[in-house]
Amino acid sequence: MSDENAPPSAPPPALPPLPEPRLSRKRDWLPSLIWLIPIVAAVVGLTLVVKILVERGPSITITFRTAEGLEAGKTKVKYKDVDIGLVQTITLSKDRSHVLANVQLSKEAESFTAADTRFWVVRPRVAASGVSGLGTLLSGAYIGADAGTSKDKKNEFAGLEVQPIVKIDASGKQYMLHATDIGSLDIGSPVYFRRIKVGQLAAFDLDADGKGVTLRIFIDAPYDKFIGVNTRFWHASGFDMQINASGFKLRTQSLAAVVLGGIAFQSPDDELGMTAKENTTFNLAADQETALKEPDGPSETVVMYFNQSLRGLTPGTTVDFRGVVLGEVKSIGLEYDPKRREFNMPVAVQIYPERLGRKYADDGQQSSYTAKQRLQYMVSRGLRAQLRTGNLLTGQLYIALDFFPKAPPVAVDTSTTIIELPTIPNSLDEIQSQIAEIAKKLSKVPFDQIAADLQKTLGTLNRTLLNAEQLTKSLNNDVAPEITAAMKDVRTTLDNANRTLSDNAPLQQDIRQTLQELTRSAASVRVLTDYLERHPEALIRGKQEGNK
Amino acid sequence: MSADTAAVTASLPAADEDLAVQTAAGLGMMSCHHCGTVWQEVREHEPCERCGTALHQRKPDSIRRSWAFLIAACIMYIPANLMPVMITKTLLGVQEDTIMSGVIYFWVSGAWELAAIIFIASFLVPLFKLASLILLTWTAQKRSRWRRLERAKLYRLVEIIGRWSMLDVFVVSLLAGLVQIDGFARITAGFGVLAFASVVVLTMLAALSFDPRLSWDSGDDAIDKNQNTNQNKRNESTR
Repeated sequence: MSDENAPPSAPPPALPPLPEPRLSRKRDWLPSLIWLIPIVAAVVGLTLVVKILVERGPSITITFRTAEGLEAGKTKVKYKDVDIGLVQTITLSKDRSHVLANVQLSKEAESFTAADTRFWVVRPRVAASGVSGLGTLLSGAYIGADAGTSKDKKNEFAGLEVQPIVKIDASGKQYMLHATDIGSLDIGSPVYFRRIKVGQLAAFDLDADGKGVTLRIFIDAPYDKFIGVNTRFWHASGFDMQINASGFKLRTQSLAAVVLGGIAFQSPDDELGMTAKENTTFNLAADQETALKEPDGPSETVVMYFNQSLRGLTPGTTVDFRGVVLGEVKSIGLEYDPKRREFNMPVAVQIYPERLGRKYADDGQQSSYTAKQRLQYMVSRGLRAQLRTGNLLTGQLYIALDFFPKAPPVAVDTSTTIIELPTIPNSLDEIQSQIAEIAKKLSKVPFDQIAADLQKTLGTLNRTLLNAEQLTKSLNNDVAPEITAAMKDVRTTLDNANRTLSDNAPLQQDIRQTLQELTRSAASVRVLTDYLERHPEALIRGKQEGNK
Repeated sequence: MSADTAAVTASLPAADEDLAVQTAAGLGMMSCHHCGTVWQEVREHEPCERCGTALHQRKPDSIRRSWAFLIAACIMYIPANLMPVMITKTLLGVQEDTIMSGVIYFWVSGAWELAAIIFIASFLVPLFKLASLILLTWTAQKRSRWRRLERAKLYRLVEIIGRWSMLDVFVVSLLAGLVQIDGFARITAGFGVLAFASVVVLTMLAALSFDPRLSWDSGDDAIDKNQNTNQNKRNESTR
């Protein structure tokens, strides 16, 4: 303070008496207080960072075939419509076959890293079974999740292309169905029980050998108890139309099933048997009838040689025994027999012997004879196969088995592996030959002579008729008036008779009086006889007055 | 700025380094910040006899305060750019926009002018302010004589453009007030707006607490000496 006394230039504008310095309170806390501001800012910043880090869940990668509808930084992962994550980046895989979506899950979604968690993209879907994901039309696609239950964790998932039908938390059971083809079924096709929708088709796949398909169906919880070991499944798709001798029959499920296809099940006679366990495999029949009929049991292949045209016989043609279908034709061949220099036509037929009835099957199991021996016995009794016409319009044939006791005996060759069943010509063929004979005989008939004779006879007949006409004419002219007169006479006679017999005719009155007289006489006689009975002595003594 | 009036000859144009200037501080005087009265032989923090305002040769703790505000602003600048500024909830879903995502949206959709305006006003200007204030404070602290004239211009520029940075905050608060159609669209302000506003306010405070005279004090030995002696005296008096 003392140094600052002599700057000569620039004097202050007003130089007051120098004030005594007053010691003010030192405020050293203020400058240090200023540092609170960056500290607060740092705390806020750190809180944000910590919050983000704490709320940050695991990061997973989901592969999809296409990134359609997905957007990095926008597409969300949702479970039960709750956001559980966000797609961070979308990149192509190295081989460009699919896309990799990197998803940042939230903290509470850590359980979604279970190995069996499934992810799929929810896009608007318009299918025959309904419309789904309409909300995503506006909001854009999102990734749906189905939390897994596995304890194994993983970070890479393969996304499903379609939404899974069965969620892990859904209650119910899954069953496997074996079918020859899928028909019009698709994932989500309904499963009906008494036309109530009780489940869905969850998945289908070709068998490894390509010889069939395996379907996985899911039956919702309360209905799975209706599936027992005896339950039969069948395609309920479309129409089942049958035209047979009993008429026209059309069987359908609900309209939805007709359009979409579906599966129906039922147990024969409603006897479920034991409740089926999960993942039990069933067969899927083509229709209800096949599904519910008794199982066929083992089949036997029989070969037959027909010595006639096989036109109209196709594989699949039925083989019946007195109208009951026993099996079907498997194949039709043609082979050359070099010894006899002939062509044979072997028809291989598959027969289900159990269709002959249980007793036959039981008998077969108990008897000591082999199937061949039994067949030999049947053949010796006249069992033959015969081609018959099934349809006269189309000329379709079927094979009928029957006993023909009059058939000539045939030796059955039991040495071959495949049993050969002897055949007998068709009844139609016999008729044909008979008709041919008749025709031959007919051709021998002398139709010319017959015609000439007939003509002669006709001439005579003509003359006879002319005579008859003349006779009639004469009858009209001569006889008719006579008859008229006679009739007149008859009428007068009848009139007279009528008059004589009428009520007021004198004859009638006379007769009536006579009759009255007669009645009176009869009464007198009766009195007399009564008296005589009581007094027989009166005949001798005469009537006594006193007794009267 | 009132102190400049006290420096009688200092208001000459083109204040060259070699130009001999006289400042109030150089003469060992202090001017009152409030009423402009010049005092000689007074201590720091003494009240002005005329109006009672505490007398300071320079703004007290200018460098330190500037640093504190600047550091806080730098910290808040990060969430201001990373956190969502505007949350739009519509039928189509929820959209969270950061400043950069808005710029990118406008750029991609072809509104380049808008994108440029937002980019400059909301991203470049705060960044520029932060950078220039840091530069000014640092050079002032180091008593650097480097480009003092340009630094003065820069300070003036920072003061002028400071207020324009609130553009974004105004837009968001306006939209959040206006767009509240329940069920269809709702706009709410995100945390980013708060951080951004705090950046703007903190940089303004930093600019306010920065004393531009400090950059001219450097190299003036008399002032240095004077300040040193003042400082010493203060220290002595505290003891």
